[in-house]
Amino acid sequence: MVDEGEVRRIAGLADIQIPEDEMPAFTVQFNRILDYFEVLDTLGEAGAGERALHTVMRDDEPRPSLAREAVLANAPADEDGFIKAPRVM
Amino acid sequence: MEDPYHAYIRRLEPRSPGTGILAGRTVAIKDNISTAGVPTTCGSRILEGYVPPYDARAVELVRDAGGAINGKTNMDEFGMGTTTENSGFGPTLNPRDTTRVPGGSSGGSAAAVAAGLADLALGTDTGGSIRCPAAFCGIVGLKPTYGRVSRYGLVAYANSLETIGPMGRSVGDVSTLLRVIGQPDPRDTTMRGTPYAHDPVPDVAGRRVGVPDEFFGEGVDPRVAATVRAAIETLASLGAEVVPVSMPSMACALAAYYVTCTSEASSNLARYDGVRYGPAVETARPWHDAFTLVRSAHFGPEVRRRILLGTFALSSGYYGKYYGKAQTARANVSADYARLFREVDVLAGPTMPTVAFRLGELADPLSMYLADILTVPANLAGVPAISVPCGTVDGLPVGLQLTGRAFDDETVIDIAAAYEAEVAA
Repeated sequence: MVDEGEVRRIAGLADIQIPEDEMPAFTVQFNRILDYFEVLDTLGEAGAGERALHTVMRDDEPRPSLAREAVLANAPADEDGFIKAPRVM
Repeated sequence: MEDPYHAYIRRLEPRSPGTGILAGRTVAIKDNISTAGVPTTCGSRILEGYVPPYDARAVELVRDAGGAINGKTNMDEFGMGTTTENSGFGPTLNPRDTTRVPGGSSGGSAAAVAAGLADLALGTDTGGSIRCPAAFCGIVGLKPTYGRVSRYGLVAYANSLETIGPMGRSVGDVSTLLRVIGQPDPRDTTMRGTPYAHDPVPDVAGRRVGVPDEFFGEGVDPRVAATVRAAIETLASLGAEVVPVSMPSMACALAAYYVTCTSEASSNLARYDGVRYGPAVETARPWHDAFTLVRSAHFGPEVRRRILLGTFALSSGYYGKYYGKAQTARANVSADYARLFREVDVLAGPTMPTVAFRLGELADPLSMYLADILTVPANLAGVPAISVPCGTVDGLPVGLQLTGRAFDDETVIDIAAAYEAEVAA
């Protein structure tokens, strides 16, 4: 059972805010889904069987990429050829 | 042409170079597939204003084949939904009954094809998002084998599960579009297998068709089950050998799917922070505050829910309980398919447990998730699966789902073509 405080903590990790008026209903629905996930507890942890995924590797050599202007065109703010981001400190 | 079903987020003036196997045919593109110079929203307000500087490989191939792209279609935000009601741009209506949803998340693509607004469409399928709306709208939709169609330029939601695939009004059309897009691309490192160069052979004689009990279990509308069983009888009348089989891994498949897709989503969607694209972040604020503001304002409720579920499932202390066990369940699904495909050529069952829902009917998120139970196993294992119309219940379309061996999309197409030819006759 996850309470509203725990939902707030997880939301903080994801940089998302759940509006306070939605929090009670959100928490109820969240727990209903987690209860459904409990069926996985019938399984052991070490997975056997086949892997569905395969990654094809290639040599790490430079290839053509997009022009700087094309990349900056979508950025809401840029300065001196760089994307402008919020301050970190 | 009008768009009374809100199938499109953006209409485009179709331009076909006039050569190639799609010459003169209109193609609608789901709005999570990148189109150079044309806004691509993923059905989300957080990508409003974003204009991709490049085409997805699948779009490039459609253009090269002479396809006339006539618009970007509506979808559940980032593909997260089973009804297309979770779009940031409003719902799409089902052309067969406008009080009903078209299914999702490729609901706009399905509605465009069903209504004749496009000849063909590209959709994407992470847990059923091509097959569900194909079934609900009465068209054909194929989730190809994972690795057969390049995902380059597909905006990622859950990379290990999702694929681009063809939708059309006939199996032949779907096969033609797969010929176009089923081509190699070194920019997608998960591509394998051979290019798809098949012409449908409508023949099922001597094929073994497995029918898993679990596809007719609790939650499946008995009238849908009866309609699909009648379609399987039709395959038998054409010379198929119908074999009852069991797929016990289904018990954990839906939970494994939702743990996996939400975990991948929580990582993938971390990139939406208003810095490189989308609505502007306030650069004067500290970064967590600034990101939280822009993400909370522009992500819809279902996207927020899935990001939080995935963040929780991957968080310290819970990883083994959720993500770890989901991967065990996923391996069990793959093992079940491997075992069954030693005995049979395809598996048959309903695509969806019910016909199309009424708009607003599935308000509870878990109820909506449960509707995906019959489509998610193919994504967990990466195997191909098609939905082909097989009748109606209360006038609403029902889909027959045929699932095949990995990289044997050809057999799935052939058997679907045999069924389609028989019911058209």
